[in-house]
This record gives sequence, structure tokens and C-alpha cells, in this order.
Amino acid sequence: MKLVTAVIKPHKWEDVREALETFGVTGMTVSEVSGYGRQKGHTEVYRGAEYDIALVPKIRIEIVVDDADVDDVVGIVVKTAQTGRIGDGKVWTTPVDSVVRVRTGEQDDAAL
Amino acid sequence: MDGYNAFMLVATLLVLMMTTPALALFYGGMTRSKSVLNMMMMSYVAMAIVGIVWVLWGYSMVFGGDGTFFASPFTNFGLNDLGYDGYTFMMFQLTFAVITTALISGAIADRVKFSAWVVFVPLWATLSYFPLAHMVFSCTDDSLICGVIGAQDYAGGTAVHINAGVAGLVLALVVGKRLGWPKDKTRPHNLTLTMLGAALLWVGWYGFNVGSLIFVDDFDASDQFLAETGLTFANTTLATMAAIIGWLLVEKVLHGKATTLGAASGIVAGLVAITPAAGAVNIVGALAIGLVAGAVCAWAVSLKFKLGFDDSLDVVGVHLVGGIIGTVMIGLVSVTAPAGSNVAGGAVDGLFYGGGLESLVAQVLGVLVAIAWSGIATLVIALAIKFTIGWRVSDEAEIDGIDLAEHGESAYDLHTGIGGGVKSGVVAGATGAAREGVKA
Repeated sequence: MKLVTAVIKPHKWEDVREALETFGVTGMTVSEVSGYGRQKGHTEVYRGAEYDIALVPKIRIEIVVDDADVDDVVGIVVKTAQTGRIGDGKVWTTPVDSVVRVRTGEQDDAAL
Repeated sequence: MDGYNAFMLVATLLVLMMTTPALALFYGGMTRSKSVLNMMMMSYVAMAIVGIVWVLWGYSMVFGGDGTFFASPFTNFGLNDLGYDGYTFMMFQLTFAVITTALISGAIADRVKFSAWVVFVPLWATLSYFPLAHMVFSCTDDSLICGVIGAQDYAGGTAVHINAGVAGLVLALVVGKRLGWPKDKTRPHNLTLTMLGAALLWVGWYGFNVGSLIFVDDFDASDQFLAETGLTFANTTLATMAAIIGWLLVEKVLHGKATTLGAASGIVAGLVAITPAAGAVNIVGALAIGLVAGAVCAWAVSLKFKLGFDDSLDVVGVHLVGGIIGTVMIGLVSVTAPAGSNVAGGAVDGLFYGGGLESLVAQVLGVLVAIAWSGIATLVIALAIKFTIGWRVSDEAEIDGIDLAEHGESAYDLHTGIGGGVKSGVVAGATGAAREGVKA
């Protein structure tokens, strides 16, 4: 099992969710996060004073998937979230040792 | 006179609204989210303290008789000998004392002990506001600004805005910069509050300006009332509209975008500038004053970065600069009321209307007196507080948030799911019954 973590642009989140649902992903954890990459932040001006806003709002999606599905899920996220402009985000995977469904106690693949 | 009294009661309520909630919202939105409650509290507590000081000795110091700088605080101490027909006027003037003092708080946002502000407020009202209000609003032959110098100030460009603006500058210098300023600037946390506050200030300002009519014996009172309130209402409105445009134009040229904070600030700058001139100019003069004030104040708010004083919410850039512009421009664009028009305000022609330099010189002198008096009075109080109880909260409190450190509260709980980790309970010392109540 792998944990797929994607940090994407907020306006792409609905598209990504729909594409993953169509593929068969049944659940995910989503959070509003802020951060920056190569695009850095942006500037805002209040009463003539310039403010460097270092952190940009992003959406973080976390999904635990079966090893066999990892490449497909990552591919779907990348394809759907891509705009080709700087700031599109990142997707990475990490190994997961175990998963337990809280309601039933089912483990690992049965719990996905 | 029943109608006039009803009008003045409404005007008084409008000015009361300018401090709470209008100014509290205007300033509160511009602070950080962890300082908004403290910022609003500075207005609310100024309301409470100045009001009490006003009825004890303030009214008497301003209107209790003759005097170059102030009248005796004892003549009408505790409103002694104030006739039953004097209460409405007394209350109208109370609201002026309150908002003038509250205005200063914007210069020292985010970093001042609540106790220091509570001590400052009655001292400043007594030593700076009451004397200047006497010099301007109690127009006897020997009152300095109105009587001796003969400067025109319809509703308080000098006594209110220059006074508060200079006090803001002195306090910003004595209290010092916020930690990390100007490298780490603080963004306004909620501009919708600021927009709401600015619009409420605008509405309240009609009480401030239009209510400042003084009846002149030579005129028929009801004719003067009709003519003058219409004029001051129109001037107040048009100057403010012009100031919005002036501010947005300068912003667009200098920084590329017209901003909502710019519009809100333009509103206040225009209102400040037309305050002394509301009854002294025609509609062209009002538009000129508003446009100049909006444009110049939009530039003036950058001075603090060049000169290095942390006037957090631009009390200097808006109130001091706007107050000077309005008061001085009277010397240029004031007009004598046409014969029989029954408008008392514009008693003399300004430079642009062939009146020569007489009015301009008087206006400049009036400005200088206000700056000097407020500067010295504020400096004495500010230093006295600095070397006794001290102004600043601890560095830790300033970083963690002054709301929590000074008031034990936070303004916003936005964690809908996890409730911000709040567990209910009662503080030590509560009664057993109360504890049971909370459990149930």
C-alpha cells in the first residue's frame, strides 16, 4: 500500500476529485494548506506599502491506495491538475505499513 | 426650537455612532487578527472614560467661561449650574471629545498595555482636547484660535483632527515601533470590517458637520438653519466623493491598482478635510478640498516608512495631513456668504476669491497653535507614562497576540470541526452552584 499525497492549485481540486472518483477511488482526505515552491509568493499593496506574501493557498489531497493502483492514481492527478504554469504543485508517494478500518477492525487491503 | 432640539439629538446620536462601532470597526479591520479586540476596546473604553471626565470638568474647561487657552474647570464642575436647556448641546460636544481621543489609538495598535491607554485617555482629554476645544469652539473674544487669531474651523479641523493627528505622531515616536517593523509589516486582517466602519463614519459625520451650526444673532434663525444645514450637508458629501476619486487616482498611478482600503481611506480623508470648511466654502471649494485631501493623503501614508515612525493605522497620514489641508485651504477657497443667504460660516473671502492673505494667515496660525499645543501636551503625558507604568506589553505578548495577553480573549474561532480544542469549565473561585450549572 502506498500513501499518495498531492498538493495542487485550489481551482483544480474539483476536477481532480471527479477524475479520481471516475477511476474508482472511494475516499480521500483533503486539507487547505499554504506553502510555496518555485513560484514563491506574491505581493499585495495596502495604502501604498508593498507586502510580500510568501505563502500561497493550496489544496492537499491524501489517498491510501493499493500498490497496483499507484501509478494510475498519480497519473490521473498529474494529468488533471496540470495547467503548464508555474505553481501547479507536486505529487509524491510513501510506503504505508498498515491500515485499519475503525468501524470494523478490517486490516490492510480489506480496509481500503 | 423643538425642531432644532430634535435635530441636535439625532446629530448627537450620529456622532456617538462614529466612535462605537464605526471607528472601532474601521481600525479593527486594519489590525492583525490577534489584535482586533484590543483595538476595538481602545475605542470603547475611550468612550466610557472621556464621557465621565467630560461631565466632571471637561464641559466646564471648554464652555465654562472666558480664557485664552481654557476656561475654569470649576464653574460648571459636574455640570453645576448647567441650565436645563444646555444638556443637548453638552451631550453633542461630549461625543466630539470621545471620538477625538479614540482616533489616536490607531497610531499605537498592536503593542500598548491596556492600562497605559486607560491612564492616557483622561489625561490627554484634559490637557490637550479640552483646551483646544475651548480655543476653537468657545468663540469668545479672548479664546485663542477663534477669537484672537480669527481662524475659521466649522467642526474641528484643528481641535479634533490636527489635535488627534499630532498626538498620534508623538505617541508613535514615544511608544516605538512594533517588533520587526517595518521589515515585517502587518496586513489588515479583515477589510470588510474596515469598509463597513468607513461607511458608518461617513453617515455619522453628518451629525458632526451639519450639527455644528451656530446661530448668529443677525440672522433669522429658521432661515439660517435652512440655508446652512443644506450647504454643510452638500459640502460634506461632495468633498468625500471627490476624495475617494483623488485617493484611487494616486494609488492607480503610483501602485497600479485601485484598492478597497484606498476607497475607505479616501472617505475618511475627505471627511476630515471638509470638517473645518463645511460652512465656509461653496460646492466648488468642497470638491477641490476633497480631491486635494484624497490625493495628498494617499501619498502621505507612505511618509512613515520614509521617516521611520510606526503610525500603525495612519492617524498622521489621514487626520493630521487631512486636517491641515482642510483648515489651510479655507484661506484659499472660502467665500463670503452672499448677502441675505443666511449662511454664517464663510465670513470672509479666501485668496482665490479676492480676499487677500488675511484669511490664509489666520488659518495657518490656527494650525500652528493646534500643532504646538497638542505636541507639547501629548509629549508630557506620553513621557510621564513611559517612565512610570510603561507603554509596551512584553515582546512575548506582542508576538502571541495582544488580545489574549491583555484581555484573555480571542476574536475568532474558525475551527468548526475540532472546536479549537475548547473544553468548557469554570474558573477557580466560582461557586459550587455555577460549577454544577456548567456540568449540567
